Amino acid sequence: MRKLLSTCLVGFSLILAASQAFAAAPIKIGALFAVTGPASFLGEPERNTAVMVVDEINRAGGIHGQKIELITYDTGGDATKAVQLANKLIKNDHVVAIIGPSTTGDTMAVIPVVEKAQIPMISCAAGIKITDPVKKWVFKTAQNDSLAVARIFEELRKERKTKVAILTVSDSFGASGREQLKAQARRYGIDIVVDDTYGPKDTDMTAQLTKIRGSHAQAVICWGTNPGPAVVARNAKQLGLTIPVYMSHGVSSKKFIELAGDAAEGIRLPTGKVLVADLLPKSDKQKASLQAFIRDYKKHYRTEGDHFGGHAWDAMMLLKEAISRGATTPAAIRGQIEATRGFAGIGGVFTYSAKDHAGLNKDAFVLVEVRKKGWTLVK
Amino acid sequence: MAKKKKVALKSDKIKFLVFCLVVLLAPLPFAKGYLSNVLIFVGVNSMLALGLNLLLGYAGQISLGQAAFFGLGAYGSGVLTTQFTMNPWLAMVLVAVSVALFAFLIGFPVLKLKGHYLAMATLGVGIIANIAFNETVDLTGGPSGLSGIPNLSIGGFTFDNDLKNYYLVWGFALVAILLSLNLVNSRVGRGLRAIHDSEVAARVMGVNARIMKVQVFTFSALISALAGSLYAHVVTFISPTSFSFAVSVELLTMVVIGGLGSVYGSILGALLLTLLPELLRAFQDFDIIVYGLLLISMTIYLPGGLVRGIPELFRRLVPARRGNA
Repeated sequence: MRKLLSTCLVGFSLILAASQAFAAAPIKIGALFAVTGPASFLGEPERNTAVMVVDEINRAGGIHGQKIELITYDTGGDATKAVQLANKLIKNDHVVAIIGPSTTGDTMAVIPVVEKAQIPMISCAAGIKITDPVKKWVFKTAQNDSLAVARIFEELRKERKTKVAILTVSDSFGASGREQLKAQARRYGIDIVVDDTYGPKDTDMTAQLTKIRGSHAQAVICWGTNPGPAVVARNAKQLGLTIPVYMSHGVSSKKFIELAGDAAEGIRLPTGKVLVADLLPKSDKQKASLQAFIRDYKKHYRTEGDHFGGHAWDAMMLLKEAISRGATTPAAIRGQIEATRGFAGIGGVFTYSAKDHAGLNKDAFVLVEVRKKGWTLVK
Repeated sequence: MAKKKKVALKSDKIKFLVFCLVVLLAPLPFAKGYLSNVLIFVGVNSMLALGLNLLLGYAGQISLGQAAFFGLGAYGSGVLTTQFTMNPWLAMVLVAVSVALFAFLIGFPVLKLKGHYLAMATLGVGIIANIAFNETVDLTGGPSGLSGIPNLSIGGFTFDNDLKNYYLVWGFALVAILLSLNLVNSRVGRGLRAIHDSEVAARVMGVNARIMKVQVFTFSALISALAGSLYAHVVTFISPTSFSFAVSVELLTMVVIGGLGSVYGSILGALLLTLLPELLRAFQDFDIIVYGLLLISMTIYLPGGLVRGIPELFRRLVPARRGNA
């Protein structure tokens, strides 16, 4: 047994040594994703996408002949671990840039580390706090919640609906959504008549919805990620709620329709364009990127790419663009990312500046409606 | 008898001094790497595990809510220094005292319970605290967390890098260890062990079990709150997920794996459970499985915890090898 073990060990180390000897100083990029734990629905597609993009870049000969080495670690959605792993990427692996983390919590925890070490980071989390106020070394690709809120309120204004009920989940996604909903309501002349929350693990929202049914609300806006909103959709149908139900971009995947079943019909939500890539007009700047991403993801993983994977695609591609413009040091890469103008990615068309490290405007979102278990564009 | 005790005390002192030396020198080989950063968290976890071990290992009282005191310490320091710009040291003392007082007050009703009921009650405390961190958005920042907590500093000296923070955290941890060692070797420590074996017998022998249990609960909360304050000032960002039920369970695992009723066992457990996931990263996607298997085999083959199991294993293996040769 011991002999077998030592033979294996020797074999492994030989392979390791060989693979290191042949690679000529690759560009090291670190990635932190919550592949396991409660945020794995974000982390897994993100990690898959990042690996896929790096594979493709390397297969095409790398950037200016230099290969990319992607070092990914799993944070498990744990802020303490994210801090340790960011330190590891910077101090032990000597990466020139970091993509991720997946969640706002992990990102906020890592920000002091990358700011101090002066390593550029492109987060895949949505929280508005990440880039507001602007931090020198931190960018993000996920659309701000504020843009999704704006998209819903615009539609409501068009339909002359002024009284809404909001139902948000009590986690960082829901809290950020609630904050934005309340902050922007006045600007659109909207009155929030019911403001209720539910727990991330709740399995029945009848109580909250009954309260909403008894109010004068003309629409419900539910802000959460799966599976909560599916429960809301089902309960709303059971209660015979007739007012329109709006969801957030947090449920913009096929999974939501699967979970909610028939109750999903007629529900509207703002989403990144990846869900409706084929429905977009040819003139849409993002169409080429979107179709490339969807095709590649399907080829690699045999499932459909979602907009979470899209955040990692954008982050990786922004880095690739920055590096192919000649940047090799962390400082130069940071400068080149900030100089990105009109990059058509998955989440939207990115234009960064010294004052804006989020890079998107509200055109990043389209409003879709669930019809016959599929998505249709609301015009 | 008295002489024997003196010798024992002397060897305890030497053990502690050797341990101090190890702590002092440990980070030097990794000073530039990220391991010195991981070792900071080993220090924080050691304090937490120690607090729980006093309660569970010595007094035999389970707590599934240690993360609450950890979180209260962290949030106390975080909120007072960011929202009210209080001096961090003053905040730390104030928070530690308030958390201890809080533990003292809830200790009386909670520690009246036994066994599963005690586990449920402490579990409740942990969950209520976590909900409070999540829902008091204006104060704690809610689920998105609280950022911008300052590093600690003395005069002009700021604890702003891993090595400095390592010595800061371990300084506190060593004091906690010394106090705990004194405590368990005192009359109180013997009283606690008596309660562990049989509360009725202990009371018959004149041990005031009710007060003593509350006292050790309070002390355990105090250490946890200090660990929380340190955590907040080292990481400079806190969010409720770091103080969830899962953390309480992880602490329990540290204590059980390290060795119940052993001060150094707590440290060993904290070291192992904090460091092991880092070392297992070489297994890539399988790290969680290997981690689980290791924990299971440790509980099966080292039932007394690492602190007793390793010498035991060593003793069993060494003659066996001699026999083979």
